[in-house]
Amino acid sequence: MAAKTLTIDGKQISAEEGATVLQAADEAGVKIPTLCHLDGVYDVGACRLCLVEIAGVPKLLPACTTQVAEGMVIHTDSERLRKYRRMTLELLFAERNHVCAVCVANGHCELQSLAYNQGMDHVRYEYNFPKWSVDNTHRLFGMDHNRCILCTRCVRVCWHIEGAGTKNVAGRGGKAHIISDLNMSWGQSYSCTECGKCVQACPTGALFHKGSTAAEMERDRTRLEFLVTAREKKQWITGEE
Amino acid sequence: MILNDLLQIKDQERAARKKTTLRCCMAAGCMSSDSKGVKEQLEKAVADAGLQDTVEVRGVGCMKLCCEGPLVQADPQNALYIKVTSENAPSIIAALKGGKAEAAQTDPDAAFFKKQLSIVLANSGVVDPDRIESYIALDGYQALHEVLHEMTPKDVVDTMVNSGLRGRGGAGFPTGLKWGTVAKSPGAKKYVICNADEGDPGAFMDRSVLESDPHAVLEGMAIAAYAVGADQGFIYVRAEYPLAITRLQTAIKQAKQLGVLGSGIFESPFNFTIDIRIGAGAFVCGEETALMASVEGKRGTPRPRPPFPAESGLFGCPTLINNVETFANVPAIYRNGAEWFAGIGTEKSKGTKVFALAGKIKNTGLIEVPMGTPLRTIVEEMGGGAPGGAKIKAVQTGGPSGGCIPSQHLDTPVDYESLGKLGSIMGSGGMIVMDESTRMVDVARFFMEFCMDESCGKCIPCRAGTVQMHNLLEKILDRRATPRDLLKLEELCDMVKNTSLCGLGQTAPNPTLSTLRFFRNEYEELLQPEAHGPKGNGEAKKQTLTT
Amino acid sequence: MIATPLHSKRNRLPAVLEHASGDKRFKILEVHMKKHQFRHDALIEVLHKAQELFGYLEDDLLLFVSYKLKLPPSRVYGVATFYHFFNLKPQGEHTCVVCMGTACYVKGADKVIAAIQDQTKIRPGETTPDNKVSLLTARCIGACGIAPAVVYDGTVNPRATPESAVKQIKKWTGT
Ligand SMILES: Cc1cc2nc3c(=O)[nH]c(=O)nc-3n(C[C@H](O)[C@H](O)[C@H](O)COP(=O)(O)O)c2cc1C
Ligand code: SF4
Ligand code: SF4
Ligand code: SF4
Ligand code: FES
Ligand code: FES
Repeated sequence: MAAKTLTIDGKQISAEEGATVLQAADEAGVKIPTLCHLDGVYDVGACRLCLVEIAGVPKLLPACTTQVAEGMVIHTDSERLRKYRRMTLELLFAERNHVCAVCVANGHCELQSLAYNQGMDHVRYEYNFPKWSVDNTHRLFGMDHNRCILCTRCVRVCWHIEGAGTKNVAGRGGKAHIISDLNMSWGQSYSCTECGKCVQACPTGALFHKGSTAAEMERDRTRLEFLVTAREKKQWITGEE
Repeated sequence: MILNDLLQIKDQERAARKKTTLRCCMAAGCMSSDSKGVKEQLEKAVADAGLQDTVEVRGVGCMKLCCEGPLVQADPQNALYIKVTSENAPSIIAALKGGKAEAAQTDPDAAFFKKQLSIVLANSGVVDPDRIESYIALDGYQALHEVLHEMTPKDVVDTMVNSGLRGRGGAGFPTGLKWGTVAKSPGAKKYVICNADEGDPGAFMDRSVLESDPHAVLEGMAIAAYAVGADQGFIYVRAEYPLAITRLQTAIKQAKQLGVLGSGIFESPFNFTIDIRIGAGAFVCGEETALMASVEGKRGTPRPRPPFPAESGLFGCPTLINNVETFANVPAIYRNGAEWFAGIGTEKSKGTKVFALAGKIKNTGLIEVPMGTPLRTIVEEMGGGAPGGAKIKAVQTGGPSGGCIPSQHLDTPVDYESLGKLGSIMGSGGMIVMDESTRMVDVARFFMEFCMDESCGKCIPCRAGTVQMHNLLEKILDRRATPRDLLKLEELCDMVKNTSLCGLGQTAPNPTLSTLRFFRNEYEELLQPEAHGPKGNGEAKKQTLTT
Repeated sequence: MIATPLHSKRNRLPAVLEHASGDKRFKILEVHMKKHQFRHDALIEVLHKAQELFGYLEDDLLLFVSYKLKLPPSRVYGVATFYHFFNLKPQGEHTCVVCMGTACYVKGADKVIAAIQDQTKIRPGETTPDNKVSLLTARCIGACGIAPAVVYDGTVNPRATPESAVKQIKKWTGT
């Protein structure tokens, strides 16, 4: 495949044709913050944290869904981008009830570490304090909607890696939420294979292994990656949920 | 079906015309005021008077002055009756014979009508939308015939480029360029989609076109399909428009029967079928990628572009998607030529634009004017100003993605660039007039609430940002906000505009930004001085991220 | 494409199919699905039909659709709840839809709906306890020329006022 040369944050790099800006940056050692991206499943460009500036393009574009092109000049860390990222994180913290201190994922949460890295130390928006429930009906796993950021990583792994289609998003806008089957309790779900992939994929403490303490919640991403590769080789299903 | 058959239908239809026609509006607006009953009574009165041979009562589409409905127009008498009831309808027949009509009349040569230039609405209020023959009588489907037999697809695209037509769905993208891109995209299967979702609350142009002249849209789609190499079309109509859906169904059926849709159209190798897809109440489905997801039977959430629909659209195939009004312009362009069309309007905005004039204005209804017509002409001369002599304060265009143009800018010509410069957009054509009693902060809140409710929830800036902006606007309206809150609001507007995934989020701040630009004092009047001390500065308490 | 719900432990499906076999409406719905060749992209069309037949989309109905179209239930539920046109709860005997589009809003639709709320003591999206009236709002029904517009049981009423609305509600509730 033809290689493309481009510049990311002043670094000259080359990337394969068809690669995304995110992949190219990763290979060049430039870390672009992400939340909805998960290696191995298709990207949706939803969290908007990976937005980058591309010279000559008036709009900011998500690195995870934008393909590299010859001669692209990309900035990933401007003052403006950092500000937008902080605001995005603030909006997330204000949207639901993220009480990190009592969360099983405390210390292993991607949202939390992003907030650290981006220097988001307080939230200036009014908390919505919505009433979201915790679903503890599943034999092995639990879901705390209060901590869900609607990245749909669980949905995508459940559909495209496991092929179960148990999880999906219901409702829309601020009322959007993750469901199992017909919005029944997870324990009642008859399509769930109990594979645990969604729990592995979740960036926050929204999905968790039952009875686990924070220390145990370190996600075994390697296991997921192994599965992803295995499925990819077999040309597993593509398309959208 | 060959050309001769078409011409024969046209001649027959024209020959069957009677001395007098009574055109009776059967579009949704007038139907809600019992125009159906009016039409029945007219027909009965004609029969009672034994005038069947000389008087035709024709159900037609929108006659534009919706606020005065039901409307009945008598020709050649050139009498326009307004607010007709089934009780006074018979007197209109009596008036034909020299009696006196009880129904009120209005001047059909008033500025509201005379200043209009009809291309898209040329047939609206004239043809019977339920009869394809009525459309054929006014040269319908001749353009399609000519295109299929005398032009290559490339010629068709070139003509469209030369016409200078720009998309009427909001963004004003050059239609010829879009057609060319889809035509060039490789793929055995391609689609043409007509966007009839018309989500802008306060716009009803597309509904009227579909109810009044559905065949113009079908013909436009067929010409487009030939140009880009598609054989399957979809019309995505919102469920709120049941009458438009019925009329389209009838029109498609008749077009198939006559062979102007289907396979081997006009004995050429060109095949094209059209299916209707009915929306289910989601504004975001007007956005093209969301619309396609919806046609595929999925949740109507947008996806990042590129890839653009022209390359990878419906079911992954190259797809052309245009608005109803865009398609309705097409047959006229091929009948009269690209130069004719390019001669109308301004340098960068060609042709006409249909607006749905509503709100605090005397004459509400549909108007079609050449691009570049000053807002003042539309609002004051044609619209007749605000009722009761109130002062017009602002004109809102572009709906939830647009802005408010204050009265001092009423001399602005309506074209894509001029409205853009004022921080509004042409949009699809909703034009809401506001008078002195309208509070602009409330307008901003109204539209923000709309966007918040209609956000699909996929991306964070729009889903959570609209909630926070709405909170702040409510706070301002409740006189609880401080100057710092206003700053926060402006900062959020900027962020949501620049980071949202689709057009809904990217334009959601527009009404707020535009009212802030022209009516900032109304915001500031509501602000409270900054409170000092430990609490009460409006900031949420600090969030602790760790134990 | 995706595992169907069949293989599962807590399978509600047999009961649903059993129930469906005794109801003619399910037959009609199935014929409708067949017309669309049980294609996945017909889901929204099918839900429209289902709502037309049953009035609202209850869980068993959604499960039936998901089984017949071979779509995971979560997809069917996700779609049904995305679109505001679909009701997952039964509606009252009568429906009153107040247009809250821009044109109607600036012409006083807010006062009309306030009057109705006052009269019925329910909020938009709710149904009166006696199941007589459901109150809904719409985002422009395209009748802005005659704003404010209210739709009573499918019939558009032009130039509504708080008084005319209350009168209609009283007619329904017999008060
Ligand atoms: C939130 C949103 C809503 C939209 N709604 C409509 C609509 O109701 N009708 C329409 O024709 N275009 C709508 N559009 C624009 C379409 O995405 C698309 O640009 C248009 O249909 C293209 O047709 P045109 O080139 O003929 O204008 C909307 C866009 C956005 C972002
Ligand atoms: S455990 Fe597996 S099958 Fe069950 S919801 Fe999670 S990903 Fe889907
Ligand atoms: S449950 Fe976790 S993985 Fe799923 S959407 Fe919410 S945050 Fe993302
Ligand atoms: S901008 Fe709003 S409507 Fe568009 S994708 Fe994001 S959340 Fe959905
Ligand atoms: S990681 Fe790219 S948008 Fe979320
Ligand atoms: S705003 Fe109510 S009908 Fe359009």
